[in-house]
Parts: sequence; structure tokens; C-alpha cells
Amino acid sequence: MANHHTSSNRLWILGLIPLAFAAYFFLQLEGVASGQFLQFSIPWVPDLNVNFSIYIDGLSLLMSLLVLGIGGLILIYASGYMAGNAKIGRFFFILIFFMIAMLGVVVSDNIFLLFIFWELTSISSFLLIGFSHESEKSQKSAQQALIVTGLGGLALMAGLIMLGYIGGSWELSELLAQGQFLDGHPAFPAVITLIFLGAFTKSAQFPFHFWLPNAMAAPTPVSAYLHSATMVKAGVYLLARLYPIFGGSDTWFFTLVIIGGITGMLGGWLAWQQKDLKRIMAYTTISALGILVFLLGVGQKIGTEAAVLFLFVHSLYKGALFMIAGSVDHETGTRDVTILGGLRGKMPLTMVAVTLATLSMAGVPPLVGFVGKEVIYEATVENVDYRVWLTAVAFVMNFFNVAAAAAILYMPFIRSQPADTQLELDHTHEAPWTMWIGPLSLGILATLSFFFVGSELFSGQLIQGATEAVYGKPAEIKLYALPPALTIVPILSIFTIVGGIIFFAVQGRLIKAARAADAAVSRFGPESGYFAGFDGLLAGAASITLFVQNGKLRRYVLYVVVSFILFVGLPLFLNFGALSWRLSPPPLLYELIVSAVIILATLMVTFARSRLAAVAALGVVGYGIAILFLYFNAPDLAMTQFSVETFTVILFVLVLYRLPAFKAITSPAGRLRDVIIAVLAGGFMAMLVLLVTAVPQSQHVIDYYAQSSYPLAKGQNVVNVILVDFRGFDTLVEISVLGVAAVGVYALIRRGVIRGLSRGERGES
Amino acid sequence: MNLLLAVVVGTLYGAGIFMVLRRSIVKLILGLGLLGHATNLLIFSTSEVVRDAPPLIKTGETSLEGVFASPLPQALVLTAIVIGLASTAFAIVLMKRAYAIMGTDDVDVMVTTEGS
Repeated sequence: MANHHTSSNRLWILGLIPLAFAAYFFLQLEGVASGQFLQFSIPWVPDLNVNFSIYIDGLSLLMSLLVLGIGGLILIYASGYMAGNAKIGRFFFILIFFMIAMLGVVVSDNIFLLFIFWELTSISSFLLIGFSHESEKSQKSAQQALIVTGLGGLALMAGLIMLGYIGGSWELSELLAQGQFLDGHPAFPAVITLIFLGAFTKSAQFPFHFWLPNAMAAPTPVSAYLHSATMVKAGVYLLARLYPIFGGSDTWFFTLVIIGGITGMLGGWLAWQQKDLKRIMAYTTISALGILVFLLGVGQKIGTEAAVLFLFVHSLYKGALFMIAGSVDHETGTRDVTILGGLRGKMPLTMVAVTLATLSMAGVPPLVGFVGKEVIYEATVENVDYRVWLTAVAFVMNFFNVAAAAAILYMPFIRSQPADTQLELDHTHEAPWTMWIGPLSLGILATLSFFFVGSELFSGQLIQGATEAVYGKPAEIKLYALPPALTIVPILSIFTIVGGIIFFAVQGRLIKAARAADAAVSRFGPESGYFAGFDGLLAGAASITLFVQNGKLRRYVLYVVVSFILFVGLPLFLNFGALSWRLSPPPLLYELIVSAVIILATLMVTFARSRLAAVAALGVVGYGIAILFLYFNAPDLAMTQFSVETFTVILFVLVLYRLPAFKAITSPAGRLRDVIIAVLAGGFMAMLVLLVTAVPQSQHVIDYYAQSSYPLAKGQNVVNVILVDFRGFDTLVEISVLGVAAVGVYALIRRGVIRGLSRGERGES
Repeated sequence: MNLLLAVVVGTLYGAGIFMVLRRSIVKLILGLGLLGHATNLLIFSTSEVVRDAPPLIKTGETSLEGVFASPLPQALVLTAIVIGLASTAFAIVLMKRAYAIMGTDDVDVMVTTEGS
């Protein structure tokens, strides 16, 4: 798997840009920590309260540093990892697009701006998971991630809008300044639930965690960046951001502690059984996200401090570990830990990086992960009410992390390659510099952070600034590299490490049983629910489509008529009082007789058994209407109607003998349904006539024609003048229609003549 | 008077809709004919109905004076009648062809242009 494109690849230079920005942000650290927040605002859509407003406090600054710093290293890494890939340009574009969106999430002050950036991260995540879009697995995973985070995003938007509406501001900084203004408000449960849904889906909390392991279909730089170090922390960031508003309530404490605890333990439990390096890390990432949510739930000064510190710690080691997993894959062609081994000598720099990262993950000094774990235990021990429970949960989560860290370090690197595998590793060598510089830098940073953990810069500015932003009050942070006194906390730490290593040593015996148990349980898991829901949605859509569009003309007509009755007829009926029931001028006897004949003939068309009788009755209807036209002063209409009706009847009769006789093919129930619908529709049309005649007609147009016909067109028959003069072009088009129809009729008849005796014309009727 | 026309129009619409819901293609086209009549009469009935005053300008006069039947709906309906003729003629011939080719007059069975 040696890479021949590396030397020609200069894309790593792009990575320097975010690093330069990170350096700029780093220079702001002192000012921000002392309360001089960076803030500016440009009106965007002021009428809708959408402003491009930026607000950078300690928390935003810490997140920005992670986004930009790790982002720069990832870009350098990706230039090596993706070298030779034809789509590398697109890859970098989406990755940088994501970086900007993620930076936007963590620095936005305006709620809408935050939401827009939040959705942009979901979209770029979708594009990156589906980057290998030829693979069906990638497509499905990308779709799943988008659906889960997208639905959560919708909930979040609703929650944030309610929050802003109640708080009377659309700027987070102004809302946060009001503190716990939502406490006791009737909408509190709705708002907090909606926001939790958004945060939990984004940060892969149980029961929405399943999308994250599937997101590993993305190229490894994406997994390292989006799906461990930054994007999945957006939900955690949001919870931390809103801590001053919601933190301290019972809903907050119990929901976050329980969901975070379940997520943390479940992720840990599933992590150690995996064979794929990336899946091990995916599940430990879920576990870490659970820990973060759990710590925010525990809250108070120490809980928020622990969350902030662990956020930093985790981003460093997990970003590094994912990059290492990619390097191993890149150099050996596999990520299966059961067949890997002996890489310590072949990839020495990567070996150093993985050692630092896994030690930090396991919480072993001299890495900052040790301090992170100490503070986690301090936070749980300090809680008076639930000390034992919280500490036990934290212990389980940390314990699995140690076991997973041991697996990542030991299996591919420290041990010799198992003898019974086919994998050929003799020619494996170190990854190109672009691919080891990132993990190594992060590992060294984790080491330096340990040694300078008590410094003013680290604990006094970086961590304290972020903690104060979350906690909402001034908080004095003092971190120690090594515990100043031997309390229960360091003892717990030692037990965690020893326990985790012992567990790792014996896990080979448990792994089969554990996998079998998981397979049995997962049938009832949330992912099965997702797929069941998804399939159900498709099946439902298909059945509705088949029901509505079954290809039968009558069904379509039925829908049109029923919709007409519901949407046009009902309002008409509700407007019953407006109808005009006038019978003036009173109908004369012969008018009544003609009308009765029309109605009877109409019924005869409908119920006649013989085709000829029906056609004859239709003719009677037409002649009847012509006579009505004659009575009511429309001589032109009457004459036209007479001739047209005659022609139609003749045509019908000519064709009729080629067609089969009527038979009753619809069921009686179906006929009854149609009768009801037809009667309703007819009734509503009759009411329409009554309604229309109730409205006085505009006399303006009529008067124009009445006055102008003779002077302008020298015609005495106003109807004719309208048709051939005023609306002459309409009549021209009408004649064209007649011509087209005539050509069509002729063509159809000619074809029949040429084809001779086809089946229907042989007289089957 | 409008009540009388309303009853006729309603009957024509009801019968026409019932007929286009039948499976026999002949009934379908009879139904279209009824709907055409119904619509013509509906448009016609939108104006006030008067007797003995057609929209004809008497010789020697230059405009319609006094009470007269509105020429506007009449012009519309005249167009509609002629267009109705065209479409009915085409539909009748098409129906004949369809039956000849597909061998059925049941619109539910007519799903392809091939013989069934």
C-alpha cells in the first residue's frame, strides 16, 4: 500500500490556514478569559430577527481552537490519506465547508444563525459519509445520519424558537444573561424536550446512537474530524451553552445523567467486542459523548469543569486515534485487529503517537487524560445525593475506555502478528509524514497539557474561561497534574486502570458470548426500530400511492368529484342563506314541460338497458336544451344546438353497432356509492346556480357590447358580433380545434379501414 | 325561474357524474355528453333570464335598449357547444378504435394499448 502520489501532493498547505486562525484565536485567550468577549453583529434579515452576530466567550473559544487546530491537522493528514483519489478536490471542499459551518455553530450568537450553521454541519456530514457514493452502504449510512440528525434539527429549531420567544430575544448572549428565566414556565417541558432531542440526535445519545458507527463508512479523516472530535460535540456544546438556562433543574439532572449514563456504558460495552479499529473507536466515541452529557447533567462547578476538561481531552486523543486507524488501514490494507500485529517496529512514529493517545484515553499519567479522569471522579464524588450511583456509572464508563484503549494499543502494535493469518505485513512501513504529524502533534499536546495542567494558561484561562461560560458564574479552577492528597479519587483511578487491563486480558473468553447476546438484543434495539420505521414509511407510501393512483380512470374521477364535494360543495352548503330561491318570473307551463322532459330523458340515459335507447334519450336531452335556449331568447344557441345534437346522435348510432351491449358489471354497493356521490354533486351544482344568480351581474361589459355592436361592427345580432368581431381570434382558435378533431376522427376511421377486420370489428358484440 | 334551471342543471350534473363513474366506455361517453349539456346550461343560467327580448338590435336603432337577454353568456355557450361537438365526435371514434383494438369496453380492464 505504498503511496506514490504523496510527493506530488501539495494540498497539505491548505492545513496551515486553519492553524493560523487557531493561532489567532489562541492569542485572544487571555483577553477572553478575563471577560473581554469577542462580539460583533451585522444585520442580516432584521425584520425576522436574523442577524449575523458572533459572540466568543471561553466556551466558544475552546471549541474554536479544537475545530481549527484539529481541522488543520486533519487537512494535512487528508492530503496524504486521500492522495491519488480522483475526487480529492471535492473532498477538501466539503471538509473545509464543514470546518466553516462548525466554526459558525460554536461562535454564533443569533439563534437562527446557530441553527443554519448547525444544519450545514449535518449536510456536510451527509456529503462526507456518502463520499464513496458508489457504495450502497455509504448511501444508506449517509441517509440514516441525515435523517436522524435532520429530524433532531427540526426539533431543535422549534425548541430554540420557543426559547427565544419566551426570553424575548434572539441572541444567545442576551438569553443567557437572564439566567434560569424558564423555570416554572408552562412551556418549560416542551422547550427542554425539543432541545434535548436536537442535542441527543446530533451527539449520538441513546437511543439515537446507532447512526454514528454507520457513519464510519466515511473516509477516515472525516471520522476523525466530524464524527469524534467536532461535529458530534455540537450537541454537547449546545447543552453546555444552555446550562445557565436549564442547568440545576431536576429535569436537566435526571435526563442528562440517565441518558448520558446509558449512552456511556452502552458505548463502552459495545466497543470492546468490535474487530474493526474504526468501530472500536466509534463506540468509544459514543461512550465519551455519553460521559460528557452525563457530566453536564451532574453539573455544578465541578461537573461543568469536568465536562469542559474531558471535552478537550477526548478531542485530542480520539482525533489522534482515528487518524492512526486510518494510517494502519492505509499501510496494511485492513483495520481488523484480530489479524493485525507487530506494527510497533514497522511504524515507529505512529507507535509513539498511538502510545500517547491510548494512555491519555486510559487516563494514565503523564497524559492529560489522567487529569480528566480525576476530575470526572471528583465531580461524581462531590454529589451528595447520588454519590454512589454516579461514581459507579462513571467507573463503568471509564473502565470500558481503559479496556478499549488497551485493545487499540496492544493488538495491532505491541503484540506480534498472529501466526494463523493470511495478512502479509513484511513490507509495511511508516506512513508518509503528513499522516503521522497530526496524531503525533495531538499526542505531544496531550503530554504537554499534563505537565502544564496547573499553569495559568491552561487551567486559569483555557479551562476556567470555558467553565465559567458554561457554569454562568465565576469559578476558580485549579488543576493538579498529580493528586495533592491521597483521597478516594486517585484510588478509583488506579482501580479503573487495573480493572480495565485485567478485563482486557480475559476478554477473549467473553467475546463470543457477548456478541451472541448483543445480536439477540439488537433485534429489539433502536436501529431495528429505525429500519422498521423506514420500511414502514416506504410501504405506507407505496400503499397510499397504489390506492390513490391505481391506474383506473373511474377512481380518479371519483377522487376529483369527492374532493369537489368536500372543498367546493361544503362551503357552498354552509353558505346556504346566501342562495337565491326566486322563482320569478314564474315559469310558464311549456317551460315546465320541456324541463320535465329533459329531466326524464336524463334519467333514461342513466338507467336505460339498451344502448340505442340511451343514445336516443341523450338526443332528447340535447333537443330539450335547444328548446329552452329558444324560449329564453337565445336563437343562435338553439340553432347550433339542434344541428350539433343531430350530428352527435347520428355518429353515435353509426358507431354503436360495433360495440357490446350494456351489462351490469359494478356491484350493487358500488352503484349505490356512485348514486350517492352523483346526487350530492348534482345537488351542489344546483346550489351553485342559485348562488350565482343571487349575485347581481356586472352590467359594465354587457353594456359595452350592447352599445358598441352596431356603431363599431355594423351588426345587429350582438352575439354574432361578439363571436366574429370582438372575440374573433377566439373563434379562429375554436375553428382550429374543430379542424384538429376532424383530422383525428378521420385518422382513426381510416386506420380502421386499412387494418380491415380486427378483433372487435368481427362482430363479437 | 332560476330555481327551475337549477333543478335541470343539478339533474344533468348528477346523471353525468354517475355515468362517467361506470365501467362501460359507452356510458362514460354518454356521461361526458350529459356533463357538456349541464355546463352549457350552467353558463347560460348565470345571467338573468328574460323572455321576448333577444339580444338583437332592432332595425333603425344602434344599440340594445331596455330589457334584453345578456349576449355575453350566449357567446360563451355558443363556443362551448361547438367545441363540445368536436370533442364528442373524437371521443366516439376513439372509443370505437379502443374497443376494436383492446376487445373490451370495460375501462377498468383497458390498461394497455395491447389486446387483453
